[in-house]
Amino acid sequence: MRLIVERVSHGYGALEVLDDISLTVEEGEILAIIGPSGCGKSTLLGILGGLLKPSKGRVLTDGSAPEGSLNPITYIFQDFALLPWRSVAGNVAFALEHRRLGAREREARIDEVLAKIGLRDFASALPRQLSGGMRQRVGIARALAVRPAILLLDEPLSALDAQTREILIEEFLALWLAHRTTAVYVTHNLDEALRLADRVCVLSRRPGRIREMVAVDVGRQDRTPARLAPLRERLWRSIQDEARAADREYV
Amino acid sequence: MSEPLRFRGGGFVTRPKPISSCLAGLAVVAIWQAVASAGWVSPVFLPSPAGIARALAEMALSGQLWRHLAASLQRILLGFALGSAAGLAFGLALGLLSHARAAGLPIVSALFPIPKIALLPLFILWFGIGEPSKVATIALGVFFPMAIATYSGVDQVPRTLIRMAQSFDVPTHAVVAKVILPGALPGILSGVRISASIALILVVAAEMIGAEFGVGAFILTAGNLMRTEDLLAGVCLLSILGLAVGFLVSLAERRLLAWR
Ligand SMILES: Nc1ncnc2c1ncn2[C@@H]1O[C@H](COP(=O)(O)OP(=O)(O)OP(=O)(O)O)[C@@H](O)[C@H]1O
Ligand SMILES: [Mg+2]
Repeated sequence: MRLIVERVSHGYGALEVLDDISLTVEEGEILAIIGPSGCGKSTLLGILGGLLKPSKGRVLTDGSAPEGSLNPITYIFQDFALLPWRSVAGNVAFALEHRRLGAREREARIDEVLAKIGLRDFASALPRQLSGGMRQRVGIARALAVRPAILLLDEPLSALDAQTREILIEEFLALWLAHRTTAVYVTHNLDEALRLADRVCVLSRRPGRIREMVAVDVGRQDRTPARLAPLRERLWRSIQDEARAADREYV
Repeated sequence: MSEPLRFRGGGFVTRPKPISSCLAGLAVVAIWQAVASAGWVSPVFLPSPAGIARALAEMALSGQLWRHLAASLQRILLGFALGSAAGLAFGLALGLLSHARAAGLPIVSALFPIPKIALLPLFILWFGIGEPSKVATIALGVFFPMAIATYSGVDQVPRTLIRMAQSFDVPTHAVVAKVILPGALPGILSGVRISASIALILVVAAEMIGAEFGVGAFILTAGNLMRTEDLLAGVCLLSILGLAVGFLVSLAERRLLAWR
């Protein structure tokens, strides 16, 4: 499924947050969005998922969802958004409970995604018993269980330590290569963006505008730090002044 | 020159010391008993712990205890059930609906601080001196803390969980039942704890104003007859009742909030 954003602007009251954003997320690509703190990345993602109504402009989807998709546009959250009173399996089940789905198939789907993410042995554990990395794996399992056509990820790894982040990037890439789900990936982390994305969209500081759209023209298997260095350098130059200015701002 | 590092941490952490707890309790009773036995104070003013225990035992054997306890418990349970059910529903509305919050919150805030026992005379006018006026006083006393605890419990449910549920197209009624209510449960249970102790206060006060049976009525009568041992036996009963309620709430918290 493609996602088409047409001239979207958004404000909270008098605070203008997004200014005239137009872009298309192509079928089967990962579009990374980077930009300084408070520039409206989460707001944009909220608009893309239908959780926020933009002040101006509109968002369209194009194409059909995969077979058996229950929730075409699906989020993975920065703070995992797990129900603390439900087990791992219960949290995955939550996404399936209000769908036309027999109990049998629901169980099968839960089992399938837990196995895929390596959570089977933790099915009855409570979130508080798990490490941050495991919690985000539950978030990913829950998202996969509904067979999404478009994944929206809002800094999914930023609550994790550097090693765990590295491991989850690898796992996420492997999963993504198996499904090739269209994805929008918001991050602060240039390396994350360059490792995962087909294109990187650079937003200016608030009100967020598209400053640049950078294609990552290195095959995913060749993305070593050395190969990515020139792109990284270029992106950093593009955002550093904005990031410095945003850092010194107060509302 | 080497010397060992000076230790400067420690302290400021309390650990359970069960022996000290027991000793303190025993010491209080023992000193009390000694003072009473020495005969320095008239037993009318300060009966001995043994005397109070005897009075309690007599009450239990004669069946008086159960009659008074049953009367009080019945009022508490009925008033608590009515008041907390209404408070829960009202608090949920305050937490979830903008209009209900705009209309209801100022009213609740204005009525909450009124000591509800002040309304008992009015309820006696409305419902007569019998059970309904007492139950209504307790229900009203329970209603406000329950409504406010539920409302703030709902407010404390993380927004991101609600967004998550919406992002999976979970229908509104299920968001309430499966996200908001369980998320608000810690707040609701602390409301239960507060309103249970309020119910205990109100039942005693209401029974002192006009009742034949009930722990409050028993204490008042004992006082009027200067039967201090009976009076303090009734007070002990209240203490036990309060402890039992607190224990039940803690039990519920441990069972229902095990996920925390
Ligand atoms: N519900 C809201 N009401 C009012 N202002 C808001 C609301 N949500 C966000 N904002 C403001 O809008 C601006 C953009 O917020 P947003 O969360 O989209 O930024 P972001 O780019 O995701 O930031 P970060 O990098 O810190 O995650 C911020 O200044 C924020 O304070
Ligand atoms: Mg954000």
